[in-house]
Formats: sequence, structure tokens, C-alpha cells
Amino acid sequence: MTDLYQSQRAMRQMRHQAMQRGVVAILDVGSSKIACLVLRFDGTGRLSEDNSIGSLAGQSGFRVVGAATTRSRGVKFGEVSAMQETERAIRTALQAAQKMAEIRVDHVIACFSGANPRSYGLNAQIELEGQVVTENEISRVLAACDVPDYGAGREVLHAQPVNFALDHRSGLADPRGQLGQSLSVDMHMLTVDGDAIQNLAYCIKRCDLELAGIASSSYVTGISSLVEDEQELGAACIDLGGGSTGISIFMKKHMIYTDSVRMGGDHITADISKGLGVPMTNAERFKTFYGGVHATGMDDREMIDIGGDTGDWEHDRRTVSRAELIGIMRPRVEEILEEVRARLDAAGFEHLPSQQIVLTGGGSQIQGLDALASRILGQQVRLGRPLRVHGLPQAATGPGFAGAVGLCLFAANPQDEWWDFEIPVDRYPARSFKRAVKWFRDNW
Amino acid sequence: MQQVSETARDPAPSRLSYRMQRWMLTPGVRMMLRIGIPIAVVFAVTTGFLASEQRREALNQFVAEIRSGVQDRPEFMVSLMAIDGANINLAEDIREVLPLDFPVSSFDLELEQIRGIVAGLDPVKKASVRIRPGGILQIDVIERLPVVVWRDRRGVVLLDETGAYVDEIPSRTERVDLPLIAGHGADKHVPEALALIAASGPLSDRVRGLVRIGERRWDVVLDRSQRILLPADKPVRALEHVIALSQAQDMLKRDLAVVDMRIAARPTIRMSSEAVKDWWQIRELNGSGQ
Repeated sequence: MTDLYQSQRAMRQMRHQAMQRGVVAILDVGSSKIACLVLRFDGTGRLSEDNSIGSLAGQSGFRVVGAATTRSRGVKFGEVSAMQETERAIRTALQAAQKMAEIRVDHVIACFSGANPRSYGLNAQIELEGQVVTENEISRVLAACDVPDYGAGREVLHAQPVNFALDHRSGLADPRGQLGQSLSVDMHMLTVDGDAIQNLAYCIKRCDLELAGIASSSYVTGISSLVEDEQELGAACIDLGGGSTGISIFMKKHMIYTDSVRMGGDHITADISKGLGVPMTNAERFKTFYGGVHATGMDDREMIDIGGDTGDWEHDRRTVSRAELIGIMRPRVEEILEEVRARLDAAGFEHLPSQQIVLTGGGSQIQGLDALASRILGQQVRLGRPLRVHGLPQAATGPGFAGAVGLCLFAANPQDEWWDFEIPVDRYPARSFKRAVKWFRDNW
Repeated sequence: MQQVSETARDPAPSRLSYRMQRWMLTPGVRMMLRIGIPIAVVFAVTTGFLASEQRREALNQFVAEIRSGVQDRPEFMVSLMAIDGANINLAEDIREVLPLDFPVSSFDLELEQIRGIVAGLDPVKKASVRIRPGGILQIDVIERLPVVVWRDRRGVVLLDETGAYVDEIPSRTERVDLPLIAGHGADKHVPEALALIAASGPLSDRVRGLVRIGERRWDVVLDRSQRILLPADKPVRALEHVIALSQAQDMLKRDLAVVDMRIAARPTIRMSSEAVKDWWQIRELNGSGQ
């Protein structure tokens, strides 16, 4: 627990430094592309009084001054699989963004989608020492949560208190100063594979950058794609990425569940590549130009030259109808959505008051996806695009940039995490006494 | 027919170029490149050039040549001097005292210094110097006008109304139109002497001059060796008093030697010795006759 506190606090410290310097880079390490935005903070953006996101969505405090994307190399399933390649890709994106911004960036906030995110719900209840809920009491109740055994080699990425209850009043966002007897908290904890974080941190360090924060891609995508009422009433954000599909469920403006399906747009491309016998780049082009999930009679007649480089005339003049292409794509899309459905069911999504589902990410641009998704996921499905933020280039406003934009919002208005609260006072003496004893034993 | 496909090309910058770019984007480095390096280069080149004695001299000479080339243009040359308001003697003095050999560049003329030299001449009250268009050095002089002749042991000189030295003349007879004052320290009280001379209107044809006695008070010397001794304090009133007495009783036409006004409340006269003898004779005659 201490390690986590320290590493996360170090990152928090780094982010404060970046805020003071006023420049921070946003790095969305995806399987199909790496997006880098450079933010300049003016320091005016504050959350409104009731802690809700205001009319400008809390984004009035920063401005995007540089943006660049590059084709991702060495990232598979949202995890770093080839360090050198990934490092070079990050370098490419960062250099271009810096060039556009004409600012040197030293701090970077990164997000990634892979590494088997797993959600845990924690809760704890304590009796208040006094009548009033103080900061120390909140620290105590957070510390009282019994952390499940999430396995060796895994790291806590997010641990956010989502709900406080005082006696029998629940749904408190900020119980400080209120009177009561017992305080209980519900917390959402997200763990990922530690190696994935280490690899990404190493790649970023190799680029002479300081890691000022790290976030789950599905979380930040939810921040940017869900509108306020969806976040409040309950909604799921499905981020159809290249290598993995992220799922995040929001309720009362807090993320309460995250999961990911290790399938994405790259698998559709791979299917096309295998099915038609074309290179991956061509398959990607066919997918984006002609792809779809609903075949009509017209599609049988629309022929696509799939070509080839062999020099064999017959082989290089191959054509397929669009219906065939759709026939390859649809099963895979259905498989992904059904997997998502299974995850949502496992999370108990049907018990939420509102069951809005928002599809975003680059994969959501497949034609006819919303119709297919509403058949599999339920009636309330829409396609989501990220919020508009100041200075974002037109090219970076598509659904594929939901993660990057969400990370901007996350950087500007981070949510309180577990490690933002002080370690409770009564823990200090025991630990330091233990350390003193250990020191004695080691040295005498 | 194996083509290199698009994906084989990796657009990633090398580590070196990435670091280089980041380094160039650092504010300090940018500032140094924009300001520091140009300054350093200019400084280095200048220092290198001036390191050699020969080049320094050549540079100085070059500058001097350009300078003189501009200064010696005919537009800036002054070829003659015009003196206004001075008589011939004074003009000659001025020409003598100013060491100028025309033509000379107007850049080399120190007008303030010339003005100081000219104004330092005794007969000059005020001088203004300027360079007139056409290359003429114009000197306007206001001369001091002599108002009194001052004679003392060293000679006869002319003074202006402030007592300043104007000129020396060989003898009093050259300027008989001017009143004469004499005595040590008389030049320091010329305004008072002038006031006395002005006050002596009715006696003016008889006044021979004023004598400063003991650097303290004035004597008015009349013809027939008559003297009017004036007090140090308010001499003009005392003189007017004497004139009034003289007009009322023809005092000064009588045979008296000195009218002593040194104590204003008690005018005293001293008769000449002849008059005293006459007076005694008359008293004897009258005494015997009574």
C-alpha cells in the first residue's frame, strides 16, 4: 500500500509541477495510433461550486496548442509489446506536437487501454470519534477499506471514493463538516497488470519525459464522451479501439465499473486480411472505405478491386463485392458487441436507472454499427463524439480521439483519488515505531 | 517486382534529432540563439579585428579621413571674419587676438571660446559670435563708451559708466569733452562721480574735476583753486546745498579757498590768505573809525 501511495503521489507532485509550468503533454497510447496533444494551462479553469462540470465542461482553463498522431508501432491489445518501437512512435508523435506548439514539454500524462483492467468495489464503515466529519475521519474511513487480494504483479490504477454515507443518509459527495455517528464509504478500485505500467513508464522515460499521471483509457473516454446527464443517471461507454474494447460504467458522475474486451478494430482488419488475402494496410483501407455491418442488395453489385502485388495478372485483378466484405466484418463486430454485452451483464448494468450506451472510439465509425449495437446491447444506444475543447484541430475531433480529449479533461480536473487524502494520523506512530525497531535490529 | 510497402518506412526521428529539437525548444537555448550568439559573434569579430595595432591605427585614420572629408567640404568652410560695432582700433585688436587662419572649417571653431576671448578685451562690453551663411564668422561687438577721464599717478585713462577700463590716452587734452576725476580708488566710484557732476549743473563751467580723497570722499575742484569738500555720506545733497548757498549769496564768486561740507550740519568756509588780510585791513579801518 505504501508503494502505491508513494508512486501515485510522486506522479501527483509531478502534475502539480507541470501545472505550475503551464504545459503538459497528453499521450494516448493506443494499438492503432498514438495521439499526442500539448496543453497550455491558463489556470483559470475551476469546477463550479456544486462540483459538477460546468457549461464549458471545466475545460476553460486550458487550451490545446499542439496535436499530432502517428501510426502506432509495437503496441498490441493496448499494451506495449515492443519497447523500442513504441518509444520511437511516442517520440514521433511528441516531436510533431512540440513542433506545432513550439514549446518544450517535459511532463506527460498517459493513458492506455490494455493490461486487463479489473474493477473492485470496496466499502468500509467507521464510528466517528467526534460528531463532525473531518478530513481525518475521511482519511480513516478510506484507510479502513479492506483491500482485496488483487494478485501479485498488479497495480492499482484508480481508487476513487464514489459515495459516502453518513448514518443512513447515502449519496453524499462531500460529507465534511456534517454531523453523524458512523461514516461509510464506497470506493471503486481499478487494478491493471503492473508490468504494462512499468513498460509504458520506461518508454516515456526513454523519451526524456516525466510521467505526471497515468489513467485508464476507458475511464477518460467516458469522461469525454458521456454528457452530463448520462454520467449522472448511469451510462456505459464502449470505446471501440484498435486492439481492445474498453467498457466503463458511470453513475452519479463517478466511474463504478471498468472492463475491457481484448478485441478491437485490428481484429476486424485481420479478418479482412485473411479472408480476402490482402495485406493489413489494404484491409484497413477497405474497412474504412467500404466497410459496414448491414448488407443490402446494392452491396452485392458494388465490386471492390482488391488487387495485389504479385505480378500475376489474375491474382492482381481480383474483385470482391461489398457484401462479401460486410460478410467478413459483421461476425467479428457481433462477437465484440456480444462480449461487451456479457461484460455489462456481469457488471449488473441492467440494474442501473438509465441504461444508455455510448459507442465511441475509432471503431464506432463503422457504417450501421449503431443499428447492430442496438440489437445486441439494447435500445438506448448512440454514437458518441468527444467534447470540444479549446484549440483542438478539426482533424482531432473524431470519435477516435475520445481518449485523448478525455485525458485533457482528466488532466485539467482530476478526480480525488485515494492517495490524495492524507494517511490517517493514527497510522503514523505504529509504522514509524516498527521502522525504528527494524532499524535497530538491522544495525545492532 | 518487390515493392517496399508504405509501412516499412518509419517516420520516427532519431534519438539525436529528437533531443536536438527538444533542446532547441528550450526557452533558454532559444534566447541564447536569438540574442546571445549574435552578440558573441559581433564581439568576437570586433575583438579579433581590433587586436592588431596596425588595423586599429588604420581604422582610426579611416575615421579621421571621413571626418575631415565631411568637415572640409566647402559648405562648412569659414573664409572670413566680419566685425560689427567696433571701431577700427578695436577691430584690429580683435583680429590680432583671435588666432584664426582662414579658411577654417566651422567644425573647428569653438564659438563660445571666441566669444570669451573677444568679450575679454577691455573696450568690449558685450560680444556675440555666430557663423553666417556664406562662410562668414560674424562678430557683433558692443563697445564700452568712455564717460570720464581718470587721472592718477600711472597716467590718464578713460573709464565707462561702470568704472571699467576702456582705453589709455596720452594726455587729458585729447578728451576735453569728458569730465575728469582723479585720486586713488576713484575708478571704483564712477557712478557717484557722475551723479556729482550732473548735480553740479550751475557750476559746470567752473568745475575742473573731482578728486577722491583718502578713497573715502570726494572733493570738487573749481577754478581759482577753490575746493568744495564733500562728506563721504550723501555727497550729492551736500553739493546741492553748496550750490544753493552760492546762488543765494554768490558765495563761490567771493575770494574763499575751501567750502568744507564734511560735517553737513555745519558748513565751514576757509578764506584765502589775501582775503583774510583784506578782511583784517577792513576791520582795522572800521575799528579805528568807530
